[in-house]
Amino acid sequence: MREICASFDEIAGLRERNAIALKVAKDRGRKVVGTYCLFSPVELIVAAGAIPVSLCGTSATPIPAAEKVLPRSLCPLIKSSYGFALTDTCPFFHFSDLLLAETTCDGKKKMYELLGRMKPLHLMQLPQVQDEAALEYWVLELKRLTRRLEQAFDVQITPEKLAAAVLLLNEERRSLKALQDLLKRKPAPISGMDLLTVLHNRGFTVDKREAIGLIDRLTAELAGLSDNGFSPFTSRTPRILLTGVPVGIGSEKVVRLVEELGGSVVCFESCGAYKKVDPVLPGKDLLRSIAEKYLRVPCSCMSPNTGRLQLLEKLVQEFQADGVIDLTWQGCHTYNVESFTVKRHLQETVQVPFLQIETDYSESDTEQLKVRIEAFLEVIGTRRGGRP
Amino acid sequence: MVAAGIDIGSTGTKAVLFDGEIRASIVVPTGWDPKAAGLEAFRQALDCAGIAEGDVHSIVGTGYGRVSLPIFDRKVTEITCHARGAHFLHPETRSVIDIGGQDSKVISVDEHGRVAEFAMNDKCAAGTGRFLQVMAGVLDVSLEQLGQLAVGATPARISSMCAVFAESEVIGLLARGADKGSIAAGIFHSIAGRIQGLAGKVTLSHRVTFSGGVALNRELCSAIGASLGVDMCVPHAPQMVGALGAAIMGFEA
Ligand code: SF4
Ligand code: SF4
Repeated sequence: MREICASFDEIAGLRERNAIALKVAKDRGRKVVGTYCLFSPVELIVAAGAIPVSLCGTSATPIPAAEKVLPRSLCPLIKSSYGFALTDTCPFFHFSDLLLAETTCDGKKKMYELLGRMKPLHLMQLPQVQDEAALEYWVLELKRLTRRLEQAFDVQITPEKLAAAVLLLNEERRSLKALQDLLKRKPAPISGMDLLTVLHNRGFTVDKREAIGLIDRLTAELAGLSDNGFSPFTSRTPRILLTGVPVGIGSEKVVRLVEELGGSVVCFESCGAYKKVDPVLPGKDLLRSIAEKYLRVPCSCMSPNTGRLQLLEKLVQEFQADGVIDLTWQGCHTYNVESFTVKRHLQETVQVPFLQIETDYSESDTEQLKVRIEAFLEVIGTRRGGRP
Repeated sequence: MVAAGIDIGSTGTKAVLFDGEIRASIVVPTGWDPKAAGLEAFRQALDCAGIAEGDVHSIVGTGYGRVSLPIFDRKVTEITCHARGAHFLHPETRSVIDIGGQDSKVISVDEHGRVAEFAMNDKCAAGTGRFLQVMAGVLDVSLEQLGQLAVGATPARISSMCAVFAESEVIGLLARGADKGSIAAGIFHSIAGRIQGLAGKVTLSHRVTFSGGVALNRELCSAIGASLGVDMCVPHAPQMVGALGAAIMGFEA
C-alpha cells in the first residue's frame, strides 16, 4: 500500500508526528482533553478551544502493570487504558489536562474512579436507555460538561463556537464515511488492516482540518487506484463485516488473521469506525441535537440496543458482506451477551454466516483462532457453491 | 483415482486412502515432529493398500499440523473435514461432536455434509482430551481404565470446569476417601456439561455423530449422550473421521 499511495504513508506516521505537535500546541497554551469513548461529546471540547485526543487502550503492553490493581478477568481494553495511565507511557495521556469519561459499562465506570486519582476527570452520567426522558437528562449532563470546560479552561462556549464545532466534526464524519464507503466496491480497494491503520492513526491528529484534508486525499487516491482495477483482493475474496468491541492497532489480531487466511474485512461496525460517522443533525436547539446524536450511539451498554441490529442489517447489505464476525473481549459482558441477540437477528433477516470470537489482546490463542476463522471462511466458500 | 487425507493432530496423526471406498486407514503418534509423522502415516497407508505414491492424485491435509507438510495439494480445517467424514459414514448425521486433544467442537451439518455452523471451546482445556488426560493422571490410571472405572458408578460432583482447579478438586476428593469409580464418572459428567454448553450455541439435531479419539471411550459417549438427551452414534473408528473427510474432499475435487 505504502509504495503506491502517498497519503497512506503520511497517515501511517501520524501518531508519532502528532505527539510532537501536541507538545508544541501545549507549549503555546492549548488545552488537551483525553476521551475514552464514542459517547464523549467532542463538539464541546472543540468549542472550548481545547484539543480532543483518544486514549482508548488498544495495546497489550501496559496490561501487566494494570493487573497489579485491576482484576485479571477484566476486559483488556479497560486494563490497557488504565495501564497506560499508570505507567505514564502514552504521550497523549501525559499531555491531557482533563479526562472526559462516561458511565458506560461497569468495568470502565469503576476504572474511571481510579483514574480520577491521577488526573482531573469529568464523569458524565450516561443514561442507558434511548428515550425522551433519557434525552432530557443527557442534555443536562452536556450542560454540566459545558460549565466544567468553561471553568477549567477559563473560556466561554458561545453558540457560534458550538455551531462551528458541529460543522467541523460533521465534516470529519463525512470524510471518514466516504473513505469507509470505498470498501463497498467489490473487490475492496484497500485491506481491512490498512483501513484500520488509517482510522487508528487519525485518532491522534491535533489539527482536525488538516486530517480531514488528508483523509479526503487518500480517498481520492484509492478511488483512482480502484478505478484502474487495483485491489489486494479479487471479486471472489470472502467479504467480512466485523462488529462488536472497539479494535485498534495493537488489538488487531482477528483482523490480521482474517486477511492472512484469505478474507477481506470490508467494514468495521465498531465504534472507532462506522458507528462514528453518524452526524449531528441540524435542529433548533444545537445542544439538544448534539445530545441526540450521542445518545443514539448503538453501543451494547444501552438496553435495549436495537440500533445496532438495524445498523448491522443495513451494513451487511450495503457492503455485500458474505459473513459477520462478532468480536468480543473476554470480560466484556455487554457485548458477549448481546452476541446471541445479534446472531439471531442476522439469521432471521439477512441470513449471513455468523461467528462470534471471544478473545483478548494476547497472542496465546492464535492457533485456535486460525482454525475457527479458516473454517468460517470455508463455510462461506461452500455456501457460494465452491468446493465442499 | 485415489485421494489421501492426512490429519496431523496434537497427539495422533492419521492417514486415509479413499477411492470411493476406504482403502487404508492408519494412525501413528505425532510425537515432536508433525512433518515426519505425516509422511510416515502416508507411507504406511500406501504400503497397507499396495498403492504407489504416484497413483495418488490428490493429498489433502487437515489438523493442527496441516501447515507443516509441503506435499499437500490442499489444506482444509478439521471442522469441515469432520463434517464430511461423519456425513459419509452416517449420511443422516446433522450434528458432529468432536473432542480433540486441545479443543472440542460441535458442528452442525446440512444434508450434503456441509458445515452450517460450529462452536469451539475457548482458550482453556476444559472439555477437551487434555482435561481427560490430566484427570486420568491424577487418578493414576490410563484413559481406558478411566472409562471402565466409571461404569455403573454414581458420579461424584466436580464443579470446576478448569483443568487446574478440577485437578485440586479431584485430589481433595481422593483425600476424603471418595471412590475412584465415582470420581471417574464425575469427570465424564463434567466434560459432558461443558460440551452441552458448547452445543447450546449451535442448533443440535437428534442425529449426532461423535468423532475424534476421545470417542473411543464408550462411557464418555454415553455420559455425553445422556446429558444432551440424544443418541450418540459412534463410528467404528472415530479418530479417523477427520482424515477420511479430507480424503473424500480430495477425491471429489
Ligand atoms: S464500545 Fe461502547 S462503551 Fe466501548 S468505547 Fe465504544 S461506545 Fe464506548
Ligand atoms: S469492550 Fe466491553 S467491557 Fe470493554 S470497555 Fe468496551 S463495553 Fe466495557
